[in-house]
Amino acid sequence: MSDLAVAGEVDRLGEREGRVRSMVRLYATLARVSMMEQFQYRAANYFYMVGMVIEPVIYLVVWSTIARQQGGSVDGYTAGTFAAYYIVWTLVRNMNIVFTPFGWEERIREGQLSAQLVRPIHPIHYDLGSFAGWKVVVILLWIPIAAVLTLVFEPELDPTVAQIATFAVAIWGAYLIRSLLLWMLGMITFWTTRVTAIFEVYFALELLLSGRLLPIGLMPGWVQDLANYLPFESTFGFPITSLVGPITNRELVEGLLRQAAWIAIGAIGVNLMWRRGVKAYTAVNG
Amino acid sequence: MVDDVIRVDGLGKVFEVPVRDPGLAAAAKSLVKRRRREVTAVGAVSFSIAAGEVVGFLGPNGAGKTTTLKMLSGLLHPSHGDCRVLGFQPWRRERDYLQRITLVMGNRNQLQWDLPALDSFQLTRAIYRLPERPFLAQRDELIELLDLGPLVDKPVRNLSLGERMKAEIANSLLHRPKVLFLDEPTLGLDVTMQRRIRSFLADYNQRHGASVMLTTHYMADVEALCERVIVIHHGAILFDGPLRDLAERFASHKTLVVTLDEPADLSAFGQVMEQTGARTTLRIERSRTAVVTAQLLSEHDVRDLTVEDPPIDDVIELAFASGAVEQ
Repeated sequence: MSDLAVAGEVDRLGEREGRVRSMVRLYATLARVSMMEQFQYRAANYFYMVGMVIEPVIYLVVWSTIARQQGGSVDGYTAGTFAAYYIVWTLVRNMNIVFTPFGWEERIREGQLSAQLVRPIHPIHYDLGSFAGWKVVVILLWIPIAAVLTLVFEPELDPTVAQIATFAVAIWGAYLIRSLLLWMLGMITFWTTRVTAIFEVYFALELLLSGRLLPIGLMPGWVQDLANYLPFESTFGFPITSLVGPITNRELVEGLLRQAAWIAIGAIGVNLMWRRGVKAYTAVNG
Repeated sequence: MVDDVIRVDGLGKVFEVPVRDPGLAAAAKSLVKRRRREVTAVGAVSFSIAAGEVVGFLGPNGAGKTTTLKMLSGLLHPSHGDCRVLGFQPWRRERDYLQRITLVMGNRNQLQWDLPALDSFQLTRAIYRLPERPFLAQRDELIELLDLGPLVDKPVRNLSLGERMKAEIANSLLHRPKVLFLDEPTLGLDVTMQRRIRSFLADYNQRHGASVMLTTHYMADVEALCERVIVIHHGAILFDGPLRDLAERFASHKTLVVTLDEPADLSAFGQVMEQTGARTTLRIERSRTAVVTAQLLSEHDVRDLTVEDPPIDDVIELAFASGAVEQ
């Protein structure tokens, strides 16, 4: 670095407070800005969430009916546990909403990525911080929706303290994993824009193997085995089951460890793809 | 000796673009064999810019201005050549480098659309890790210089294009960058707003000694801000020097405005561009300026006489039209 670069620069907070503290400040600001934005669109957000409830309610009605027809339960799931599963589902689904890979093409075409690249932070922080802020709004808006669903469908829910604590961590773990995975998926756009088919295959697999369509426990054994080796269940089925059960303390710990592993794998994957992707981007786009 | 803040040496960018003949057969053929063509956006340009210098980077559309600016700000990796900005290689995009520069593009937006600019300023503070006191001092100074007081608490979406641009510029200078890359910052703004931004940039440059590289299609921007201009065309530098020398180099004529006591026919002295009563505007060859002026003064009762270079827009047009490449 030249002397000129050093001379006369503003004394930077980062040098005094350390990197971690300044990152916390950055995330808090991004989340706050996002919350302020989302509160401006609270009505739109509410309609969006109400619309999103339709999907689990359909699943819930179907599975409750099947349970009643089979003498009260399907593989141990009663109408009450299905109700609990799909009500918690609504929150987990909202926690799972992150920057869509479909948005990457626009992000590149409209120059938003270039605007982010000339600023001294990795652009993933914008998404992680901003969507995290949105989640806080979502959780607040979800409470009355969950209350209404609870009154209507009478869920059976009796979690332990360990389950509640695990759930509180797992929903954020799910958010992180899905953010990283969809970032990797979206970054394919650096090399080709014809990626819609790839995205659709991914989302179909996720729907089946995550616990979104139905609890993984109701799937055939080989599907359950396959799901163990894929990240999808950590983003959906595990957070729900951690609260709804049945689950042992050992399974709670294993689930969190599996989430941590997927976060590490996702972070490494994002890092590798980002380096190569930005190289490709700065070679032709800018 | 003045330190060079920007040093560019043989910098160039060649893009590979796919080409295909029209028609179904060509489309089918392109499935198995893709043809590509190399397009040189910037040839091999070299120049340097000193600390505190404001340089106009001029050229017609597609000349290579924005590509050069993108290479200097780290958004594009060059195909060949080298450059150093503040001692950094821009395309490495090191944090320390990005902390010290800013790139303002007239058509790009860093502000949060739904929130007042003040909230975006806070976000910028977090991104650049600015301590509170210097941040507030810089923010308030920018608000004052750009006359943003009544605007910063309104949602950005409610601001006019010019007001938004002023807020954008303020936001991009909060970290007090040492080098400013401005790509058409006055694009689409009305004359009053253009003037306001020009005077702000001049003021900012004087106060903070920042180096500024400015691309614009408005010659008024250049005249107000830049003592030096670099003219680029077809990816090569046509001219690099003081603005006043540009006319010398490319304009073979001067404009002579003469007012006599009584109207007279002055067509013998040069090409009459306009005549209103006793006031005549003549176009004369640059090399004959002294002779014609002396003749006019000796043969007529001259009340007023001025000799001017042609308008800068005309000179730039002449420069673009010329094929001469700076050696």
